[in-house]
Amino acid sequence: MSAALDLITRVRGVRGAMLVSAEDGLVIAEQLMEGIKGGAVAALAASLAGRLRRAMEAAGQGRSVFWHLQGEQGALLVVPSGNAGDGGNILVVAVAEPDVNIGLVRLELLRAAERAI
Amino acid sequence: MAEDIRALSAQLAQDPQSLVFLRLGEALRRKGQLDAALRVAMNGLERHPHLADAHGLYARVLTDKHDYEKAFDEWDMAIRIAPHHTGALKGLAFLYFKVGDIAQAESHLEAARKIEPDDPSIDQAIAMVRGGVTPPAPAPAATVDSSVASSPVASSAVGSPAAASPLDESRVFAGLDGANEGLLLIDGAGRVLGGALRDKSGTDVTDAVAAYLAGVSQEAARTAKLLGLGAWNGLSAEGLHGNVHLAHPTPEALLLVVRERGIPLGRLTILAQRATGMARRWLEQQT
Repeated sequence: MSAALDLITRVRGVRGAMLVSAEDGLVIAEQLMEGIKGGAVAALAASLAGRLRRAMEAAGQGRSVFWHLQGEQGALLVVPSGNAGDGGNILVVAVAEPDVNIGLVRLELLRAAERAI
Repeated sequence: MAEDIRALSAQLAQDPQSLVFLRLGEALRRKGQLDAALRVAMNGLERHPHLADAHGLYARVLTDKHDYEKAFDEWDMAIRIAPHHTGALKGLAFLYFKVGDIAQAESHLEAARKIEPDDPSIDQAIAMVRGGVTPPAPAPAATVDSSVASSPVASSAVGSPAAASPLDESRVFAGLDGANEGLLLIDGAGRVLGGALRDKSGTDVTDAVAAYLAGVSQEAARTAKLLGLGAWNGLSAEGLHGNVHLAHPTPEALLLVVRERGIPLGRLTILAQRATGMARRWLEQQT
């Protein structure tokens, strides 16, 4: 799992990466820079993932395979993985600087998700 | 022509990254093989999303297929990438003329003439517009359906947002592709302000999605605040069947843009930015 997170944190601008249980929002594994509260990131990411999943299903777009919350001072990027039937039981999460290469982080998150499951 | 198409196809197969798809797509279009031309144009656009000519080719094929709304969007995108793209200016002029907006048609042709003052076809088109005759289409293979001029879709595609009645909710997103099926504006309590959403089967899912969106927005704001990300300004998601982008044109309003998976997230974000601007202007008119 550590190797999977390495893929993500080596991308310039990524401040941390985590594997999170989508069901209960608990941390499975993490590699975070100083100052990032892993527990909070995990809980919030899981909660937002759940709400987003319901909205996307209502819109007929199916479960999300990648999502990205853009803030003025940073970004949260998430790939749900694991059991497709319940919308992914593990979340691969990255916290990044606002000017990070989102396309690259997305690729590494998808690769990490393949390794993690 | 068949020889050309075979040769161009071979060239493209040998080097899929090359720009030969522009010639191949145009050759197929001129031959009337519109589905094949569409595939070539879309594949080319996927590889070269920032190439104005790729958007131009796609728009011409769409025009031939009478999909004027999407064609408008593609030529508009070409102009954004290359503001002096005369092909796109002429294409937009053609579509404006088709829905009876003579002033906009003429304005776009005048803009094209400033860029290419020696192009006699532009002078001819301006003269024809002024005389009430349909200007030369950028898609000569197209047979223009006269009913398009009065179709709500076409009117929506080229209407001026500024001209929309302040209380006419259906015009909030006038000018944007998918205004009546892939754009939704709601207030903070999940009440629909404008736009509509349909799923793959054509079922109206507007109210159901609106109800969920308020919760997503509150959670996004809470997440961004607690993680020190500052104010959130967008949430993009890639789904199995489509992509979505959520933004807030004003602190109290939410905008959702939904598109098929073929529209990349980056492009979706650009569409969402345009829709956000329109929604913001419309909301300002309400106060």
